[in-house]
Amino acid sequence: MKTERGQAIPVLVICLILVVVWYLACIPMNAVVAEAKIAAAGGGFAATLTESWNHARPVIPAPHQIAADLWATVFTIAPWAKKSLLYHCWVTLSSTLVGFILGTLLGIGLAILIVHSKLLSKALMPWIIASQTIPILAIAPMIIVVLGAMGFTGLLPKALISTYLCFFPVTIGMVKGLMSPDVIHRDLMHTYNASAAETLWKLRLPASVPYLFTSLKIAIAIALTGAIVGELPTGAVAGIGARLLIGSYNGLTMMIWSALVAGSVMAASLVWLVGYAERKTLARMGVRA
Amino acid sequence: MKALRNLFAPALLGVAILVIWEAACRAIPIPQVLLPAPSVIGARIATEIPLLAYDFLKTVIQAVIPGWIIGCAAGLVVALLCDRFDFLKRGLLPLGNFFSVLPLVGVAPIMVMWFGTGVAPNIAVVVIMTFFPMLVNALAGLQASSHLERDLMRSYNASWMQALTSLRLPAAMPFIFNALKINSTLAMIGAIVAEFFGTRIAGMGFRMQTGFGSMSLDLVWAEIAVAAVVGSLFYALLVLAERAVTFWHPSYRV
Amino acid sequence: MAAAVIEARDLSLTFQTADSPVYALSKVNLTVNDGDFVSFIGPSGCGKTTLLRVIADLEQATSGSITVNGLSPHDARLARSYGYVFQAPGLFPWRTVEKNVGLPLEIMGIGDAAERVKRNLDLVNLGGFEKKFPWQLSGGMQQRVSIARALAFDPRLLLMDEPFGALDEIVRDKLNQQLLELWERTAKTVVFVTHSIPEAVFLSTKIVVMSPRPGRIIDVIETNLPRDRTLDFREAPEFLKLAHRVREGLKAGHSYED
Repeated sequence: MKTERGQAIPVLVICLILVVVWYLACIPMNAVVAEAKIAAAGGGFAATLTESWNHARPVIPAPHQIAADLWATVFTIAPWAKKSLLYHCWVTLSSTLVGFILGTLLGIGLAILIVHSKLLSKALMPWIIASQTIPILAIAPMIIVVLGAMGFTGLLPKALISTYLCFFPVTIGMVKGLMSPDVIHRDLMHTYNASAAETLWKLRLPASVPYLFTSLKIAIAIALTGAIVGELPTGAVAGIGARLLIGSYNGLTMMIWSALVAGSVMAASLVWLVGYAERKTLARMGVRA
Repeated sequence: MKALRNLFAPALLGVAILVIWEAACRAIPIPQVLLPAPSVIGARIATEIPLLAYDFLKTVIQAVIPGWIIGCAAGLVVALLCDRFDFLKRGLLPLGNFFSVLPLVGVAPIMVMWFGTGVAPNIAVVVIMTFFPMLVNALAGLQASSHLERDLMRSYNASWMQALTSLRLPAAMPFIFNALKINSTLAMIGAIVAEFFGTRIAGMGFRMQTGFGSMSLDLVWAEIAVAAVVGSLFYALLVLAERAVTFWHPSYRV
Repeated sequence: MAAAVIEARDLSLTFQTADSPVYALSKVNLTVNDGDFVSFIGPSGCGKTTLLRVIADLEQATSGSITVNGLSPHDARLARSYGYVFQAPGLFPWRTVEKNVGLPLEIMGIGDAAERVKRNLDLVNLGGFEKKFPWQLSGGMQQRVSIARALAFDPRLLLMDEPFGALDEIVRDKLNQQLLELWERTAKTVVFVTHSIPEAVFLSTKIVVMSPRPGRIIDVIETNLPRDRTLDFREAPEFLKLAHRVREGLKAGHSYED
């Protein structure tokens, strides 16, 4: 995430307001569950605050409770233990990355085909767009189960969901990028009698790099979402999605919130990493960002 | 006539896929419970029309559409506020960019916990998922007008409101429609996924889940087909509206 | 015969950049009278566009004084004293030609829009194109629409920033002729930025020659040419003499040495 000058203070102020609103919201929202404890502690303002901000199973946990739970599940447990949040992050991350790489390759391949064949472009493009209007993410858990019953288990089925979601933005972005060179540049290659492959390699691909990175940032975020939803089917045991589901079924509020925060941190880090690679690559290619 | 010819190639491909699918289901003994043939799914759709229509009502009419409208409207209003108050923009733009990449479907269990068993948690999930794409896109759109055009407004001594309605909002329309289209897909996903967590007793997501439980895969696929058709129609309607509103954009000019 | 429309005294404008300050305008003194057609000419970076933008209150001077119609540029802008024509047409693609010309009338709440739009479109010879969209017109026609838009609310002062810079020479010649006729008929005061010597000499009653680093005025030439001149006039000896003087002025400013 790029930060421009003059953003730091407004961002901090708004975050601060959000935290304050969050703490205030805890009081009425947790009132129902905390009622008995507040009464037991003798009622009053102080008791209301301590109980609604520290209830073990709150409707909405206070920020410091989430922080404490994150600390406990990340730093006090060995990362390979099943109770460690890092272990679940790794499960989700690995299938995200596999799906992201497969989806990117598929997307680039499709885009190259589409750019070079008018017939393929006409036949494929409407289906590629239509494929995204199907709420595939919503049926991801079923696909996992189907693939599981057919003998595909573990990381691959989840990764395929991510692949499916990833390829679309990459294809669309790359088609735009590969078509982006000016007519004069294409005419220049034509005067050299360059082959289609040479034009692709020396002109179209370099020209498409900025478009590729824009798509990759969308793709990596959506790949992670795909992996998480892919972990939702009943019986899933590991991953951020499984934590969400188990937490939801057992009313473990803190587990849900920690999983959500962990997923968010991963998403932001992955997008930042792609953005970092973008800046480095474009700088090397002499493109001014 | 040209439109018909443009439909021919993709239609042929679609039919080819269906034929191959059907043939594969007959030739290779794929268990019916895993991947039913298109003909089987078609037959199930024909017999289950009332049930499918009821689920469509529960999911699309009651959750997707209201959530999509509220989420998009809220995103647009906040974007306009950001446009008016620079401090808000500088604070909210980075946060909006941050939130728009998060796996927000994950809030579904929390919404179910907060809003109980009705349709409310499903709407809430859709609102949360559609809000940020609209905010980020609308803000980008409101800044899309050129320096020259803004100088022109300044030379007329136009008020913020006048510059907004005559310049920045029309210029933002392609971006706003982009968000509306992205959000149409997100809204379907949000509403269906939220049903996996909820305790609703009808709806497309609920039916898919129970269909799985009872191994009636043809019903699951029937729901998937309905979702696909609804999603595509939703999207197509938005594309038509977009063409009508942003006819002037270079990508549509005739 | 009349009070000064624009009066600049020791006007300076400095942009602060990361490395060093840029002296866009340095001690500029200028008087523009009612009914004048004044051209600013000079190479890029001489501050001619900046000076026009200061007059229009799109940029603020760092020192010195300037009045437009006896007001500060800010108050003059609030009083909607001038029409501004940019380097590009800057028409709104979602509005038809007539709606584009009517835009300032909507914003300023001026009535009889239909009549004004028609009159000004006729003035730039674009009657009959009301319902077209800008992107359906040629570049020259688009720029004429933008001139009609600047004239729509009938300002006394017309500020034009290289309005024909992006057009080919044949179209440019034609529009120069039309602009001259339009100026004749409407008796507006025009301030015109250009980097074409023939354009400046052909159009102007007063030519302001400028030079960069720092942006400053090095010569002001009163032309006193006959008002009803045509394009042929550009071969007349007086025309060539004036063009020569402008060229010498530009040379003296060492404007093209780098």
